[in-house]
Amino acid sequence: MKARVFVTLKPSVFDPQGRTIAEALHSLGYDKVGDVRQGKYFELDLEVPNAAAAETLAKDVADRVLANPVIESFRVEVA
Amino acid sequence: MTFAVVVFPGSNSDHDALYAAEHVLGRPAKYVWHKDTSLGDADVVVLPGGFSHGDYLRTGAIARFSPIMSAVRTFADRGGPVLGICNGFQILLECGLLPGAMLRNRDVQFRCGFLGVRVERTDTPFTNRCTVGQVLHLPIAHGEGNYYADPDTLASLERGGQIIFRYVDDRGEATDAANPNGSVHNIAGIANAGRNVVGLMPHPERACEKCLGGDDGLVILQSVVHALEERGAVQRA
Repeated sequence: MKARVFVTLKPSVFDPQGRTIAEALHSLGYDKVGDVRQGKYFELDLEVPNAAAAETLAKDVADRVLANPVIESFRVEVA
Repeated sequence: MTFAVVVFPGSNSDHDALYAAEHVLGRPAKYVWHKDTSLGDADVVVLPGGFSHGDYLRTGAIARFSPIMSAVRTFADRGGPVLGICNGFQILLECGLLPGAMLRNRDVQFRCGFLGVRVERTDTPFTNRCTVGQVLHLPIAHGEGNYYADPDTLASLERGGQIIFRYVDDRGEATDAANPNGSVHNIAGIANAGRNVVGLMPHPERACEKCLGGDDGLVILQSVVHALEERGAVQRA
């Protein structure tokens, strides 16, 4: 099974990288681009029998390691 | 009294810390590899600066799972003094021995240089030889020193006197201009509720001799020697 994990900064947390990217886009003339938030994307190969087990395992990994709950939240998709 | 300096893959201030303890302070000091499971006879533990595991994932995020960290947690839980410097501070945040987290510096630049660091509290084993309000000139060298804590945690830190160091200007004022990385409340270093675990982004161990640009950092290490002597951990000959 494969799982995708998306890790993003919580909305209340300032994202210096996202702001820098937004400023670069604005300087390139992309004036329709508003705010930019940068995150992380992980693909996990999981040796589990079904989607439910994959989701449980991916969430465990994301909660314990891939995301820092102080500043980040995550979302899991199982393919 | 023995200083233990934990070495992670990618630590780079481990030698500086050992040198400061052993050659400047003249105290026994040893390296402890991150895969070890015991701190041995250590009386004080230093988690040094650097880029453990290449800063991959997040700063300190992988180092927190090193085998030695269980021993560090036990040591800290028993009241042993633990100092996290720069990446060591980031590791303490990731493993939960200190509250909060680090973000990229607000201007996304790696900041490197000496600046003013005001001592807010002297009731920790690493600041007991300082005076409240004393401004130390210490070097920083980091890209992710933008300390963040949610409003409740921040209020709790302020209320509990757990903010130990703040970035200040030449007049000792914690202004926004004096803040090198965007840390909330100009925070440069904090302590846990028990006050025995302290983390800071500046590098006191790199400022222990005049020839290195200043020796204001020495008082931090002298403080822990004093704290341990007070506790009677030192066997005088």
